[in-house]
Amino acid sequence: MNHEIVIGLEIHSELRTRSKVFCGCANEYGAEPNTRTCPVCLGMPGTLPVLNRQAVDFAVKAGLAMNCTISGFSKMDRKNYFYPDMCKAYQISQFDLPFCRDGYVDIEVDGQTKRIGIERIHLEEDAGKLNHDPYAQGSLVDYNRCGVPLIEIVSRPDMRSPEEARLFMEAVKEILEYTGVSDCKMQEGSLRADVNLSLRPFGQEKLGTRTEMKNLNSLRAVQRAAVTEAERQEALITAGKTITQETRRWDDNKGESFSMRSKEEAMDYRYFPEPDLVPVVMDEGWLARIRESIPELPQARRAKYVQEMGIPAYDAGLLTGTIQIADLFEQAAMTCGNPKSASNWIMGEILRQMKEQEGDSLDPGIDGIRLGSIIGLVERGEITQASGKKLLEAVMGTDADPVVLVERMNLRIQRDEGAVIDAVVLVMKNNPQAIADFQAGKGKAVGFLMGQAMGLLKGKADPGQVKSVLEAKLKEFDGGAS
Amino acid sequence: MKELHELPVHELAGLLADRKIGAREVAQAHLDRIALLQQDVNCYISITPEVALGQADAAQKRMDGGDAGPLTGIPMAFKDNMCTKGVQTSCASRMLEGFVPPYNATVVSTLQKAGTVMLGKLNMDEFAMGSTNENSYFGPVRNPWNLERVSGGSSGGSAAAVAAGLAPFALGSDTGGSIRLPASFCGVVGMKPTYGAVSRFGLVAFASSLDQIGPLASNVRDCAWVLDAIMGHDPMDSTSAPVKHESCTAELDAGVKGMSFGLAREYFGEGLNGDIRKAVMKAVQVLEAQGAVSGECSVPAAEFGISAYYLLSSAEASANLARYDGIRFGHRSADATDMKELYRLTRGEGFGREVKTRILLGTYALSSGYHDALYVKALKVRRMIHDDFIRAFETHDILVSPVSPTTAFRLGEKTADPLQMYLGDVYTVAVNLAGLPALVVPCGLDSDGMPIGVQLIGKPFSEKKLLQAGQAIEQALGRFVSPMAAGTGSTANPVGQCGKTEEEVRA
Repeated sequence: MNHEIVIGLEIHSELRTRSKVFCGCANEYGAEPNTRTCPVCLGMPGTLPVLNRQAVDFAVKAGLAMNCTISGFSKMDRKNYFYPDMCKAYQISQFDLPFCRDGYVDIEVDGQTKRIGIERIHLEEDAGKLNHDPYAQGSLVDYNRCGVPLIEIVSRPDMRSPEEARLFMEAVKEILEYTGVSDCKMQEGSLRADVNLSLRPFGQEKLGTRTEMKNLNSLRAVQRAAVTEAERQEALITAGKTITQETRRWDDNKGESFSMRSKEEAMDYRYFPEPDLVPVVMDEGWLARIRESIPELPQARRAKYVQEMGIPAYDAGLLTGTIQIADLFEQAAMTCGNPKSASNWIMGEILRQMKEQEGDSLDPGIDGIRLGSIIGLVERGEITQASGKKLLEAVMGTDADPVVLVERMNLRIQRDEGAVIDAVVLVMKNNPQAIADFQAGKGKAVGFLMGQAMGLLKGKADPGQVKSVLEAKLKEFDGGAS
Repeated sequence: MKELHELPVHELAGLLADRKIGAREVAQAHLDRIALLQQDVNCYISITPEVALGQADAAQKRMDGGDAGPLTGIPMAFKDNMCTKGVQTSCASRMLEGFVPPYNATVVSTLQKAGTVMLGKLNMDEFAMGSTNENSYFGPVRNPWNLERVSGGSSGGSAAAVAAGLAPFALGSDTGGSIRLPASFCGVVGMKPTYGAVSRFGLVAFASSLDQIGPLASNVRDCAWVLDAIMGHDPMDSTSAPVKHESCTAELDAGVKGMSFGLAREYFGEGLNGDIRKAVMKAVQVLEAQGAVSGECSVPAAEFGISAYYLLSSAEASANLARYDGIRFGHRSADATDMKELYRLTRGEGFGREVKTRILLGTYALSSGYHDALYVKALKVRRMIHDDFIRAFETHDILVSPVSPTTAFRLGEKTADPLQMYLGDVYTVAVNLAGLPALVVPCGLDSDGMPIGVQLIGKPFSEKKLLQAGQAIEQALGRFVSPMAAGTGSTANPVGQCGKTEEEVRA
């Protein structure tokens, strides 16, 4: 690359409200076509929109989580265009007074923190879906998605590589998930991005001519489309040609993009204030309630885990994968008093089990207090590691109390020294070959005898105690023989 | 003994309550009369005898069970831009011919709950765009005072139905004068309430920030009764005001003693017909005679009202009417071969000339490059007009003005010159731009015997006071009854006659 790449993203995210943004229809994915519709979201004559307050809360919550300034006075606007997926032939969106503006999100690039500016976040309604049926004459429209609340997050052109674009998208996704604003299911289209990209000579202030790549619906597609587009523009410039300002469509299967329309064909959306809705005036109390509902965000948590809890950076990344796991970790660590053990248990047991399960449930199956108390039992030597796993298995997916269960399952470590000595003596007596091996200097024999003794004690003995008794007896035996 | 169609709502209600007549009898009398006169007046687009008789029987049952309100059993009709579940709602447009909504407008369900009886759906200018009711796909409405004259618009069907005795009351909608102008032309009482006083849910939108539903009736008291029923907050309409409205009927006869009436200079200027000026001044004298005071005032920005109104209403209309694309409901062209052609042909065939003109005007006003010079500037004018009115209300309770520069003119007389037609709205549009309530009450006849109305403009949510003043005028001048309603229904003499002689009115 002989030029600097400049990228800005427009990220569309569907909000996780129960109902649509202007009517009471359910906001859910995957229902039979046109079964989640009503006269309002179908834009039938005489119907009026009523703004969903939860959608406003979510938009503002996303804005606060991304360090935006929140407008005390906002309004909705009409964006006019004809297309069969838009019932009213205008989209209710926000033009000059969005809910949020001037924020930022930090990303980690090669160990360095880089700040990406957010220009604005506004609320709007999603459109329906056109299904081009190859067997039918023409196209079919499904309006279930029509009126689903969306936020559009517009970044500043602050990214300098396709990788930064992907990292930014990841960071935004993480924030939206942590705040519960969106489920960010990219395969269902609930998070998608447009990539604006231009090139300029290194050191030049002025931006080059940009292109806009529409509707990229995976993190990989964002990065790949940006790489491909940067190469395409570089080739054009190298060949002495100029870049056309245009909108392009990315074909993820072919790995290339196609021109949709140029600047000359750009639409005039004729924005004007939506007269069917009143302006939204946000007072301090409303804002404070939203602010209070924002959990600690993944970036801050990762720093805390590494710096205050001594967790390796890689592990901290895994532990903050979802807010459910991060909350589980923090609670378990606090309950058992040992973050490192909590981390090991979660990565070794919980994440493994969740991976093995079908589906995409985010529920770890246990809360941090109970997980922490199991870890605590092991840490304090009250049960063995093996018993701990057995206990965890029994508790998962139930609301059973591990402290009660540990007695019922009779897992507590046996500390009666007489019983341990009896077991060790019996094992030594029954395994003369092992004794012989030991005497012949084969270290493995000790392990075998340990296992036998633990088995005899039903796994409930303290392995340390068994080991020291065994070693003492062997020494005795040795000495006695000589 | 007067015939049933000559009785005002409040008298019909008394007879119904006293079991002197039955609800079915009242409904049937009106249906019979509609069957006789609809062809002359053309005020109905749909007549719904089955709905009417069904609702009349239900109303009777309620009255017999002691569960009746003031409007139970009273026949009425809706302008055809208010959605009625199961009954065609056409907006007088080919585009919505055959469109049957699966929902009721809030006013429709409110009145249904009050027990009214729907006679049918009333003619109007297509999508409420027009001042004469000549822009209807279903033909023009004729003025019951003179069938050669226009009814006024866009709620021409509503005004003519009341004037002809074809509905005791009707609902109309008013975006720039659409209740008040036909009320004035047809000699009935009409009220455009404060913006937000009556729910717009289910009213097919023309210009959302200006549209307002209101009543038309033969007298002021009936208007007050209907307003008490339909005003109120509706959670389905975000622009409906969350206020508790005062009863309009309770102190209707309180009089105007001590009230101050303002005469805005701008409303009595050049171009105002002499008969109208005299009739309006007569109404002012009547108010003064009852203890009110009057004085001159000014609404300077009002002279820009027409321009601002036609830009803003057309801009909103261009978006509101974009949904009629042939994809989901209404007319769809049979000849289209691709998507763009489907839009083009459907809209080309479905909309009438005036509607297309306004869509083009509005689209232009919002287009990039013109948006600031046209749309934004019109918004500023709107704000100025609002502020002018508020200033005028610092010294006056109510402003008095004519409704229109002329009385009802001949059908076809002004259709050739749309700009001339738009100027007819000069006294009405500013009220919508400012969101104010305004009442029109008949106050005289011109030299041709056509009715003249006076417009009373009030502060936001002062409907009660406006009605008190209207009542004072009506009490003094009497009601004006069209020859069609006064007679037995004969249309032999198309020239208007009044309940009073010309001399009495002009005195």
